[in-house]
Amino acid sequence: MMLDGEKIKEELENRFNYLKDAVIIKRESRIFAQIPLEKFEEVFRYLVKQSRFDALSAITGLDSGNGFTVIYHLHREGKILVNLKVDLNKEKPAVNTVTSYFPGADNFERELIDLLGIAVNGLAAGNSYPLPDNWPKGEHPLRKDWKGRPSASSV
Amino acid sequence: MHNSGDVQIPIGPQHPALKEPESFLISLHGEKITAASVKLGYNHRGIEKACEERTYIQDLYLIERICGICSHSHSTCFAQTVEEIAGIEIPVRAKYIRTLIAELERIHSHLLWLGVAGHEIGFDTLLMYTWRDREIVMDLLAQLTGNRVNYGINTIGGVRRDIKPGQKEAVLNAMDALEERTKYYIELAQAETTLIKRLSGVGVLSRKDAQHLGAVGPTGRASGIERDVRKDDPYAAYAELDFKVITSDKCDVYGRTLVRVGELMESYSIVRQIMKKIPDGAITVKVPRKIPPGEAIGRYEAPRGEDLHYVRANGTEKPDRVKVRAPTLANIQAVSKMLEDRYLADMPIVVAAIDPCFSCTDRLVAIRDTQDKKHKHTMIWETLRLKGIEWHKERGIDFTLLNKKLADIFKK
Repeated sequence: MMLDGEKIKEELENRFNYLKDAVIIKRESRIFAQIPLEKFEEVFRYLVKQSRFDALSAITGLDSGNGFTVIYHLHREGKILVNLKVDLNKEKPAVNTVTSYFPGADNFERELIDLLGIAVNGLAAGNSYPLPDNWPKGEHPLRKDWKGRPSASSV
Repeated sequence: MHNSGDVQIPIGPQHPALKEPESFLISLHGEKITAASVKLGYNHRGIEKACEERTYIQDLYLIERICGICSHSHSTCFAQTVEEIAGIEIPVRAKYIRTLIAELERIHSHLLWLGVAGHEIGFDTLLMYTWRDREIVMDLLAQLTGNRVNYGINTIGGVRRDIKPGQKEAVLNAMDALEERTKYYIELAQAETTLIKRLSGVGVLSRKDAQHLGAVGPTGRASGIERDVRKDDPYAAYAELDFKVITSDKCDVYGRTLVRVGELMESYSIVRQIMKKIPDGAITVKVPRKIPPGEAIGRYEAPRGEDLHYVRANGTEKPDRVKVRAPTLANIQAVSKMLEDRYLADMPIVVAAIDPCFSCTDRLVAIRDTQDKKHKHTMIWETLRLKGIEWHKERGIDFTLLNKKLADIFKK
């Protein structure tokens, strides 16, 4: 019998030929897939709308040194987690919002904006989160080159 | 978003309900809430950044301090994730001890919630009794781990303390005492019309909305979503233990109460099974200080729902990235939905019903009438709570008799 993880890997690879060798099963309930940025929407929509990965646990952003990576953690009935990774360039990192699929993604996307300086196209205007409203522009604490604010560290 | 004819009430950012202080902006039409929005971030402490600058073992202690109630949830979730990257299998006995502390933590958290819920609706005798009962499990945690709150039981590669001879009896006796009490609370929740009337139809979250907004834990399960990480994606010793996932299709605060008291009973049973099944052996394995490059995602069913940690290692003794998604962040979006079209008097119990962690600082509620900008008045949380209790009293839901009845029963 084919395991669920392998089924999903095969399903993704058959449907999207550019995902050949891009889907990795770390363990039975943990699948990672590297998606080209321009194809992200297509894969995401397929998983959410057609493959029953209809819940978003979180969105993780990280500074990988040469650029940024955003990881969308989707799950199916709580059991199996598919993690879609998108690489972004260092100069103008940007993703499109997924709030039309998951209104609950709002806070996760605001984290990307505040902490990493990744633009989220299409996200409705709102408060900053999690940094305060008076936080200086252009300071993004989770960037690797951010070493703290002098005023904050001298206190 | 807010109609200009309505009254807007900002509540927070300091607010006793929350692990992270937050700010609600409530629009009122008469006494009805027409819209509610939430602003978070007031308690952002930069823990994720701080983790990148510390070693894995230092991070474990830092992460344990994310929350004062589900401290073990975060530390276990982090330890599991790091162990997965390092390819380390911890001893079975250590898995059972982690699970034991996890369930005791759930018991203490749910009893705490039951008391807070009682307090918010004016059923203070319930608060007094559940918090007294909670001391049984707090004492037990102190006995087993040395601490009442941040237990410090975990280490990367296992646990730091073994169960000593004699402690097994203490655990089982405590479960017997707590089970008897909880049975009474369940009876109370099922039979007392005052309680049923007060909580039914309040803070409604349909199954569809719960799914859509990503509600987790008892909040999701009370809207009929049968989802529990312990069952769906088992960790620690849960795969070897027998328990039911408690759900309710009531979709309201009453349903959330039934789910939590039901989970208490399941936790007592899990603890008994652990004491019966726990194998002998080592409690820790050695883990190198440097964790090989890799990434992993840990999931854990905290008392409030799914806790998710993402860790990326770069081969050094410090992680490259640590991401924590605590359950309250997943549930907070649902609160706005639950408050819509409800009375202001129900706000305290609706907010409390997702079980956010209370930080006991400020309790200020500011009320602003948008039609009359000159008049501003503020209301402390306590006043809002009392107002809610009085509001319902005028409409026939009065807890005075039930408070007395409960007090008389336990006096005997």
